[in-house]
Amino acid sequence: MANTQVAKRTKKRNKDNIAYLFVLPFVIVFLIFSVYPVLRTLYLSFTSYRGFGDPVWIWLDNYKRALTDKFFWRAFWNTCKIWGVNIIVQLGLAFLLTIIFSDIKYKMRGLPIFRAIYYLPNLIAATSVAFLFKTLLDWRFGSVNQILVSAGITSTPINWMGDASIAPYVISIIGAWMWFGNSFIVLMAGVQGIPTDYFEAAAIDGAGRWTRFFKITLPLLKPILLYTFITSLIGGLQLFDLPYLMAEGGTLGNPSGCMQTAVMYLFRFGFETGQVGFASAIAYTLFIIILILSVIQFKWLGGKED
Amino acid sequence: MNTIGYKIKKTIIYICLILLAAACLLPFLLMMINSTRSGVEITTGFTFIPSTHLKENWEQLFDYMNLFRGMGNSLLIAIPATILSGYFSSITAYAMAIYKFKGNKIIFGVIVVFMMIPAQLSLIGFYNLCMTLKLIDSYIPLIVPAIAAPGTVFFLRQYVQATLSPALLEAARIDGAKEIGIFHKIVLPIMMPGIATMSIGAFIGNWNNYLVPLILLNTPSKMTLPVMISTLRAATNLQANQGAIYLGVAISVLPILIAFCFFSKYIISSISAGGVKE
Repeated sequence: MANTQVAKRTKKRNKDNIAYLFVLPFVIVFLIFSVYPVLRTLYLSFTSYRGFGDPVWIWLDNYKRALTDKFFWRAFWNTCKIWGVNIIVQLGLAFLLTIIFSDIKYKMRGLPIFRAIYYLPNLIAATSVAFLFKTLLDWRFGSVNQILVSAGITSTPINWMGDASIAPYVISIIGAWMWFGNSFIVLMAGVQGIPTDYFEAAAIDGAGRWTRFFKITLPLLKPILLYTFITSLIGGLQLFDLPYLMAEGGTLGNPSGCMQTAVMYLFRFGFETGQVGFASAIAYTLFIIILILSVIQFKWLGGKED
Repeated sequence: MNTIGYKIKKTIIYICLILLAAACLLPFLLMMINSTRSGVEITTGFTFIPSTHLKENWEQLFDYMNLFRGMGNSLLIAIPATILSGYFSSITAYAMAIYKFKGNKIIFGVIVVFMMIPAQLSLIGFYNLCMTLKLIDSYIPLIVPAIAAPGTVFFLRQYVQATLSPALLEAARIDGAKEIGIFHKIVLPIMMPGIATMSIGAFIGNWNNYLVPLILLNTPSKMTLPVMISTLRAATNLQANQGAIYLGVAISVLPILIAFCFFSKYIISSISAGGVKE
């Protein structure tokens, strides 16, 4: 008896040992290409490394420089502005669509086809989207202005990408156009996870559409809402491709730097002017800001009742 | 009375939904039409009627750059990266879900943390590493890291837990199957729908990736499609003919549009899965 027990145990251990072999390629590659670069960036952020030679340790100087540089804060503020308008339009639209398609009275049809069409802009490379809209929104020859002028909506062509008071929000709207389908699918998947009995029971008890929405849908969607918010915050503060390709002057984000996002600012120092140490500090400063904002969002959305 | 109002409201909602769908598709339509028109025609005004200058635009565009080369380069990166990510993510996820071993929880914890870390945090360190390893201008740093895809492992681990019955594995073991054989012959086919879902997402991500190829690749003939498209900005001789630019963008978008027609179901289920993971 005891013998078979031992045999069983060793056999089990042998069986489980193969797991190390199975996870080994993942672990090795993960350590080299994911964990190491993140730690390397952290190390470089404390040095005056300029892309060659040995990094010289300078403690927090890079962080001090970042926090006192008004251009860093301008880039950060630009990012927040673009992201803020973007997220309001994007989530607003996604929410509205979720309410429409989950309504038990109207029972809208065609969800799969609408969902597919709304999601389509997500799949296109940001470079292609940027070029498409840059050309469509061209001040003189773009189709958008031509349509607006011939329809009599505006008498003079609008300088979409040349006017600092318009251009950042054009980026926001294009971002919303690209990503609202994604938010919609995520929110819709969440709503479909709520048993329909809840809504029907509430409807029988006389709860109106908005009461049902605020008392049932919204509280039950909270975890997913939190997920959408935080992923969009992480994604939004990384905004790079669209403004980089649509703005004049590359990483400078002209006109007057109104489209220079935080990551463009980082890119400028890390890959154009070779101030690698400083760029690393920018990356970590941004990360800490994202972390703080995520915690605030988490507390604000998640921590009240649970 | 009530039903008439109900029907009118419903119709209005449908019209709004269709208008929104049109807004999603219109830019692509404008792009297709404009890619058949000459530069002069485009500057004079807009029409929904396609013109006859597709061939000229094509010649002018390909005089400047060979987009098919970029497409080939993108495939050369995206296909191996997708296969590596699919295979190694599933074997890792399977091991984490089924076996008991030391470090399992640690790996899981690190995966969750890295899913939340923004990419810019590793960008500089990654470039620095590639410089040390002499991998600048090589496809290796664009392909090999796909072996470790935390998000895919996270999703597939849950997929294994939900779909695989331990009794099946036990039966195979009694029949004398080896562990690696069990994975290849029994587990992999069962995981296939989950792997397909994640692989489509991985492929599109790799295909559309811009920032990393932009910093790593120097040789023009090695450029991927998005990087090539972004150089259209510098193409001053093309600025005179916007038709050629529209055509370039159209060619870059078309493969994804076609793929979407076939795989939209998988793509949408992969996003839904992402949202309901908690």
